[in-house]
Amino acid sequence: MLEIRNLHAAIDGNEILKGINLTVRKGEVHAIMGPNGSGKSTLAKVLAGHPQYEVTAGEVLYEGKNLLEMAPDERAREGVFMAFQYPIEVPGVSNAQFLRLAYNEKRKHHGEEELDPLEFKDLLKERAKVVEMDASFMSHSVNEGFSGGEKKRNEILQMAVLEPKLAVLDETDSGLDIDALRVVAGGVNQLLTPENAIIVVTHYQRLLNYIVPDYVHVLAGGRIAREGGKELALELEEKGYDWITSVDANKTGAGAPAN
Amino acid sequence: MSTAELLGKREYKYGFVTDIESDVIPRGLTEDTIRLISAKKDEPEWMLEFRLKAYRHWLTMTEPKHWPNLKYPDIDYQNIIYYSAPKQKPVKASLDEVDPELLRTFEKLGIPLQEQKQLAGVAVDAVFDSVSVATTYKEKLKKHGVIFCSFTEAIREYPDLVKKYLGSVVPTNDNFFAALNSAVFSDGSFVFIPKSVRCPMELSTYFRINNQESGQFERTLIVAEEGSHVSYLEGCTAPKFDRNQLHAAVVELIALDDAQIKYSTVQNWYAGDEEGRGGIYNFVTKRGKCQGRNSKISWTQVETGSAITWKYPSCILAGDNSIGEFYSVALTNHAQQADTGTKMIHLGKNTRSTIISKGIAAGKSNNSYRGLVKVMPKAENARNYTQCDSMLIGSQCGANTFPYIEVMNNSSSVEHEASTSKISEEQLFYLQQRGISQEDAVSLIINGFCKDVFLQLPMEFAVEATRLLGLKLEGSVG
Repeated sequence: MLEIRNLHAAIDGNEILKGINLTVRKGEVHAIMGPNGSGKSTLAKVLAGHPQYEVTAGEVLYEGKNLLEMAPDERAREGVFMAFQYPIEVPGVSNAQFLRLAYNEKRKHHGEEELDPLEFKDLLKERAKVVEMDASFMSHSVNEGFSGGEKKRNEILQMAVLEPKLAVLDETDSGLDIDALRVVAGGVNQLLTPENAIIVVTHYQRLLNYIVPDYVHVLAGGRIAREGGKELALELEEKGYDWITSVDANKTGAGAPAN
Repeated sequence: MSTAELLGKREYKYGFVTDIESDVIPRGLTEDTIRLISAKKDEPEWMLEFRLKAYRHWLTMTEPKHWPNLKYPDIDYQNIIYYSAPKQKPVKASLDEVDPELLRTFEKLGIPLQEQKQLAGVAVDAVFDSVSVATTYKEKLKKHGVIFCSFTEAIREYPDLVKKYLGSVVPTNDNFFAALNSAVFSDGSFVFIPKSVRCPMELSTYFRINNQESGQFERTLIVAEEGSHVSYLEGCTAPKFDRNQLHAAVVELIALDDAQIKYSTVQNWYAGDEEGRGGIYNFVTKRGKCQGRNSKISWTQVETGSAITWKYPSCILAGDNSIGEFYSVALTNHAQQADTGTKMIHLGKNTRSTIISKGIAAGKSNNSYRGLVKVMPKAENARNYTQCDSMLIGSQCGANTFPYIEVMNNSSSVEHEASTSKISEEQLFYLQQRGISQEDAVSLIINGFCKDVFLQLPMEFAVEATRLLGLKLEGSVG
């Protein structure tokens, strides 16, 4: 489904990703872990097409197509979804209005009929159950006045509505208390099918207790420093990131670990 | 795609010219011009006197060029045609007698004048250059005692009403453009809602400037008697010319005890091209007087067109407990300039006013809000709430807020809130990441920004306004 080859990316001329290789197949859950500044969020944003990041080398194939050539909205309509670490507020635009527009854009793209507001309301009500979201949130402005946990739930609600093939969750666990974490993770698990794939970007292991990864990749200094199964996350929890970065440093012979 | 490429795709779709034979008077303005206009309209002596008085006053006035935040070359008032009317029978007994070319023009503009084709529940007065060419649903309205007709007809048929109210809110010497209008106005709409009548349908006037050289000077007068209600809509378009045309209108509203007037405008005059060539100079005086107790006047405007907008729809809150409202969206793009806002003059006790202004500036445009809230000594317990929000798109445009607040008693309260924001890259990216194109994302953000104002518009107008903002902004980001 996703094939990342030797991906380099920079922001304001500073290279953050320095050659990432990653393959994601249908039905898989991949965790991207790593210390702050290792490039985890950059990877997520580059996949989604954030305009501030410049890809300086490498390629990304998504379903056999060149993902990097597509505009962000085109990627989304093709099934790439990113749950934002800091969801954005859109004052005056109701959640329902926003979601219906997004949903219908995708349907149009796939040659399907658009849903009218009433039909969509039914669908939205059904999907909102996934994240145990109250119907009153649908008439509120997008993310405006939402608590941190509500914003994250709203991200997963959007995922539930848009049914992406590839979902990238960017630090979805940050700022969540344990109850909210359980709801959000539970929502994600309900949405996982053999036909789609999820990349979970996280700093901490605790989210992976709920969303169990098939593979764990540890980023350090813009490269993948370590890969393994879900046990790797537990090992990291125990030993911290220094262990990886220093092992990495020993391995490559470089002096300083990544910042 | 670049801004220019995207914009190139979007044409001002109302920019066509109707080929029609017109009765045009020579350009220039003298007392003789005014006598000629008055004679053409077969007006009574008092009307001519009204005009001449205004003209003589106008000669002593100077154009307000210094205080508005607007820049434009001097207007040569002797190089304007002050009267241009399509040639046709002066009195239209029915629509069958209206020139089919005119009917086609309005149909093309989305304003079919045949009643069966219209939006149910909206009566239209269609003004083409200097004259009203048709007014629909007149008979039906008459049954309710509602008068809705062209100004020319009102002077002829209801002289006492016109004499009583004309100039009572905007005196002939009020300001430079109002004086000019009072001297040369050629037509417009007249509305009279008798006591206790709720006007059964929305009334609307559609203004069309067709002649390249003519100015449009129309007058609207709406009188709502005790306990009556009316909702009035106004729409405007003009062909694309590379010269500027002057539009100097005067609108007067009078609300007696317990009466309510809601006045909505969607203004889409030709705005000129990207470099600012051509477009309408929209210098308009609009004022409502809440004369009676518990009366209410509400202005809602969506201003998207014109090269220059200079207008301040205002309320004089004379009656105790009267209410004035101003809801405005002013959008400028390219080289457009707008200096617009409102005046709320509190005279009576317990008077209340609300001002919600949303200014959106894109391209190289300049968008200013200018508003006055004045509370007079006897306006005990007067209250005002003002909210002025500006949104900037791109980095070459400007937005300004000039609030003037004068309070002359201790029992009143005045609140002013202002904000300036930009459409952020992060906001656009978020919406795009959900599959929404950049243009639609901008529209969505702008519509959200303007929501408080759009909610005040009658339904059909709200849909139109939403669509219009989307079109006007297409390609202004990125």
